[in-house]
Amino acid sequence: MSPVCFAPDSGGGGGASTPAPWGETKVVGARLPRVDAYERVSGSAVYTLDLQLPGMLHAAIVRCPHAHARVKRIDTAKAETMPGVRGVLTGESPGAAIPWYQGREGPLSLLFDPHCRHEGEEVAAVAADTALQAHDAARAVVVEYEELPFVVDPDKALAPDAPKVHDWGNLLGQPRVTTRGDVAAGFAAADAVVEMTFRTPVQMHTPMEVHVSVAQWDGDRLTVWDSTQGVYAIREALAGALKLPLASVRVVGHYMGGGFGSKLELGKYTVIAALLARRLGRPVKAALTREETFLVAGNRPSNVITLKAGAKRDGALTALEARLSGPVGAYPTSAVSAYQIGDLYTCPNVKFETTNILIHAGKARPFRAPGFPSCNWALEQVVDTLAEKLGLDPVELRLKNIPTVSQLNDNAPYTSTGLARCLTEGAVAFGWTEARRRPKTAGHLRRGVGVAAGMWGYGGDPNATAIVTLYADGSVNLNTGASDLGTGTKTVLAMVVAEELGVAPDRIQVEHADTATTKFAPSSGGSQTVLVNSPAVRAAAIEVKRQVLEIAARQLDKPVGDLAVADGAVVVAGAGGKRVPFSELKGLGERRMLVGVGMRHPHPEGKLALPFAAQFAEVEVDTRSGAVRVLRVLAAQDSGRVMNRLTFNNQVFGGVVQGLGFALTEERVLDRATGKMVNANWHDYKVPTMLDSPAEAECLPIDPHDTECNTVGAKGLGEPAHIPAATAIANAIHDAVGVRPLEAPVTPARLVALLAAQERKG
Amino acid sequence: MARKPRDNEHTCPHGVSRRGFLGSLGAGAVAAATLGRPGETAPPEVADAVEPSKVTLLVNGRRHRLLVEPRWTLLHVLRERLGLTGSKPGCERGECGACTVLIDGVPRYACLTLALEAEGHEVTTIEGLMRGEELGPTQQAFAAEDAFQCGYCTPGQIMAAEGLLRAKPAPTVAEIRLGMSGNLCRCGAYPHIVKAVRRAAEARKGGGR
Ligand code: FES
Ligand code: FES
Repeated sequence: MSPVCFAPDSGGGGGASTPAPWGETKVVGARLPRVDAYERVSGSAVYTLDLQLPGMLHAAIVRCPHAHARVKRIDTAKAETMPGVRGVLTGESPGAAIPWYQGREGPLSLLFDPHCRHEGEEVAAVAADTALQAHDAARAVVVEYEELPFVVDPDKALAPDAPKVHDWGNLLGQPRVTTRGDVAAGFAAADAVVEMTFRTPVQMHTPMEVHVSVAQWDGDRLTVWDSTQGVYAIREALAGALKLPLASVRVVGHYMGGGFGSKLELGKYTVIAALLARRLGRPVKAALTREETFLVAGNRPSNVITLKAGAKRDGALTALEARLSGPVGAYPTSAVSAYQIGDLYTCPNVKFETTNILIHAGKARPFRAPGFPSCNWALEQVVDTLAEKLGLDPVELRLKNIPTVSQLNDNAPYTSTGLARCLTEGAVAFGWTEARRRPKTAGHLRRGVGVAAGMWGYGGDPNATAIVTLYADGSVNLNTGASDLGTGTKTVLAMVVAEELGVAPDRIQVEHADTATTKFAPSSGGSQTVLVNSPAVRAAAIEVKRQVLEIAARQLDKPVGDLAVADGAVVVAGAGGKRVPFSELKGLGERRMLVGVGMRHPHPEGKLALPFAAQFAEVEVDTRSGAVRVLRVLAAQDSGRVMNRLTFNNQVFGGVVQGLGFALTEERVLDRATGKMVNANWHDYKVPTMLDSPAEAECLPIDPHDTECNTVGAKGLGEPAHIPAATAIANAIHDAVGVRPLEAPVTPARLVALLAAQERKG
Repeated sequence: MARKPRDNEHTCPHGVSRRGFLGSLGAGAVAAATLGRPGETAPPEVADAVEPSKVTLLVNGRRHRLLVEPRWTLLHVLRERLGLTGSKPGCERGECGACTVLIDGVPRYACLTLALEAEGHEVTTIEGLMRGEELGPTQQAFAAEDAFQCGYCTPGQIMAAEGLLRAKPAPTVAEIRLGMSGNLCRCGAYPHIVKAVRRAAEARKGGGR
């Protein structure tokens, strides 16, 4: 592992080894309120949607109201003369013929493509003095469409006579088959075999802040404020779309109101804002309406998963065979992930086939652990069913199959796995055995408990650079390109600096997520932010510390080895040791600042660092109405070191609540007759409220003290907190009422139907 | 366009034709427009949807005289005219609560309240909970309990909590869950929000406002 911290002025020398893992920490791991809590609770934090620039115009976008149509004519005459209107943009406008969505043989679409392949595709845009005027004018743009036949039902999209989304048809690539061992032999050797088909919903991200950008030009230089998860990714895509050098594009993304994966990629609204701003010579804000976010800002695709599993009497899995398919929408991306089928449990014989289908609907985007919750919904219910068939405790069966290596990655060992501990210690903390022993009540309110395990399959980008600067007065600047989506990134990274440099977190200012003023960090997504950036920040802080100690050693005439930093000062070892505050270090005063640049260490070679989880839920089912209440949840999470116990818990509960939505309430509904979304709003698309969320939620961190995963010992958290949550609820429903909820969300209507069918069967 | 402010607190002081509304507004504002007193039959005076009207708004203790379009929501005026961007738009149709403010001490969706309707009422926004540069007790409780993630729903959550605690200084957990259920948090910070509201109730016992 190569040393990766250096300072421009360090003149070679020190700081040249991988830092030892932390032992006891003082700051890291504490329950520390966020460094930006004041801004967020005072209302003074400026989100992109809040931004007001002098002379700023507002854009509104004309969208295709049909699932599939061809634009025949656009008449902007009336719109152009409406009050406040400054400009109208169509595909004919100079510079607007920008290719969009890359296919194998070139671009598949345009910024304003006359061939509209889903409801909501962009047709034209208007800029006006106010947002209301812009929307008025957008409504006044007359567009003549030729409506075309469409297919929005993935079950029908592969039929030979289905209307085609693209020339080649509706199959994206070929179904991919992955095989290990011999599944037929595995099933033959099994004592119990289970096969079931599951359906999961299209879930919408709907972050609270809509997707929004503000664009401003200064000569050839473009600055874009964007509600994004990754300023560097947006800059690259934006520079590509506008054919600008990277150095001419600045993307800033400070406060942002949630993303969950839907704000990773460049949106057309951003390019529209930039084009209008260039044409009109004024800054332009382009914000989607809430309804628009449902149509064009991504979704988690529905999945149909058929899974067959076999196990020995003792619970050891012998074979897993699965077919997974899902709709990507109208443009390529991925709809399914079989990762957990291949890797969550030890199983010698595995085969799975994945199919991605095109339909006339908005393109999917990654949504918190893309593919994983849907796959988990199938896998963990099948495993539960096997346990039932074999008369085993579901926890026991899972424990029988815990891997220490990644079978999907040539059996590379994990740097650590706390999966077994998540299950056993989680079960104890939840009171699993007692809860399962409780006799079932006979009335219409039935209680049940369920468990589900899960894992996440991405270990993070190996690249990130951070800069730590110590000023003469002892205050510190932490410079990182990372976005803080609300996960507490700024706070956690400041805590890393505080830990290494012995300064109070409130002496640290965080400069982040701005391509002009910070260095590269990968997008905040895939649970990589903390584990990628913390090691870079730590390296930078260690480098500053090295310089501080060198300066202090000269001033105090002591060997560096006798010195340490604490509480904003250099401390000499030994009882009653002298203490020199940073602000009294002469060398620091002369140089004005000490700068440390830190880069991330490479991933450990030949090993994988991944997080694991097991979650437990107790539900109450009303058999008369089919309503499910989640009474309590316990989430046992192996995400390595807990960086901040307060934000850790919070993020885990957030994952659980979103899982609850997946399990019980959330589902995009497309009208079969028109292909249009009928619930593109928060009234009809049900995001869990506080009343839906579990009354009791407990988070149990399982820290395996991983000294190999990276130099801070943390693994990912955002996704694994969400992955098993829905399935734990499904298994609890089964425990309560004895029916298998194969289809999510388990709405009252669906559950009542299942109960009625159960009754008919007797 | 003629306008005649009325005394009745619950009636839009400026008559606006329902049709003019429907022509220019989303469903949310239509719902707001129908708040008129039941049984009131006098034909409304008709204001053009975009013809500006004078209005005086009392926001966070300060009086603002403004020219507003009748269709402008209170949220729009707070953010775009008064620069008070603490109140957030989430849906602008009464579904999320991100825009919650207090009107005469009661939590209201500012996106479902027309600016004209707010005349004669006391409007309090998140900025109005500050004591100078210090956080108010409810804000402090949200910070201490980490009762947010992205923080975008937070001003609305805090205003809802503030309204709840003004009406019910010592709410039970069940009352908190019910009282806060008009505010979505997509980040799912609900467990911490419950803790924050309880903490705020404690803090306010000792004479917090
Ligand atoms: S913005 Fe007012 S309720 Fe959503
Ligand atoms: S904190 Fe993000 S929506 Fe509530």
